[in-house]
Amino acid sequence: MKLHTISLFLTLSAFWLLNSAHNTLLILLLGLAAIALVLVITHKMDVVDQESQPLYLTPKIFSYYLWLIKKIIQANIIVVTHIWLGSKSISPTLRWIKISPKTDMGKVIYANSITLTPGTVAIDLVDDKILVHALLQKDIESLLAGEMDRRVSLLEH
Amino acid sequence: MDIIINISGALCLFIGSFLCISGAIGILRFPDFYTRMHAVGVTDTLGAGMILIGLMFYSPDFLTFSKLVMILLLTLLIGPTTSHVLAKAAMKNGLMPELAKTDHDKNKDKEINSSNS
Repeated sequence: MKLHTISLFLTLSAFWLLNSAHNTLLILLLGLAAIALVLVITHKMDVVDQESQPLYLTPKIFSYYLWLIKKIIQANIIVVTHIWLGSKSISPTLRWIKISPKTDMGKVIYANSITLTPGTVAIDLVDDKILVHALLQKDIESLLAGEMDRRVSLLEH
Repeated sequence: MDIIINISGALCLFIGSFLCISGAIGILRFPDFYTRMHAVGVTDTLGAGMILIGLMFYSPDFLTFSKLVMILLLTLLIGPTTSHVLAKAAMKNGLMPELAKTDHDKNKDKEINSSNS
């Protein structure tokens, strides 16, 4: 809890400093007061916890982001090619896919990664199944092969 | 050094604009709601991303740079959320996607055609 408060304070301060760029004493104190107010309110709302500040992800998330960026660039090239080839070349598919991440955070990361990659959109999530609409049938097949699934599961612990 | 920064910035902006235009053309060409959403996916990931990275090359100081980074992170968070909400709303209201014909359907078509002829 303490760790999460400190990390929230640091994030808010960095955000405030980068957005305001004023460094006279009065303005800085007003900023500090605003941050303190936000901290008090978030504590009253009881939202400062593992869920809003997933600190345990920090060591592994960056390599996942690099991999995801690579995937996004590949998917972009494929989708743009099919846009120029026209609507004859696509094979839209709708399918339920079983997922292995157990925690809420893992499921959210997985579903968001699917939607962020052009060509696949996560439409619904029920228990451990996810409804995916894909532009091409082979996108679904590569999701079923489960590399993304495996990488997200690794993030969880 | 200046020339390198200028050229890489211009290149990123050019690629970004090309991807955005491709996304717009995709919206016009694709047949139904869900496939059009995939075309928008190009615009709001790499299209907007490349334009913002191109602008980062031209930013005069660290503050402008950091604001561009913030915008990039926000777009990457908001993009998938909105497309998911759109898709889910469409699905809830009963809009079914046009799906590609699987091999099974094609065989059925053939049977119908052959029985007709």
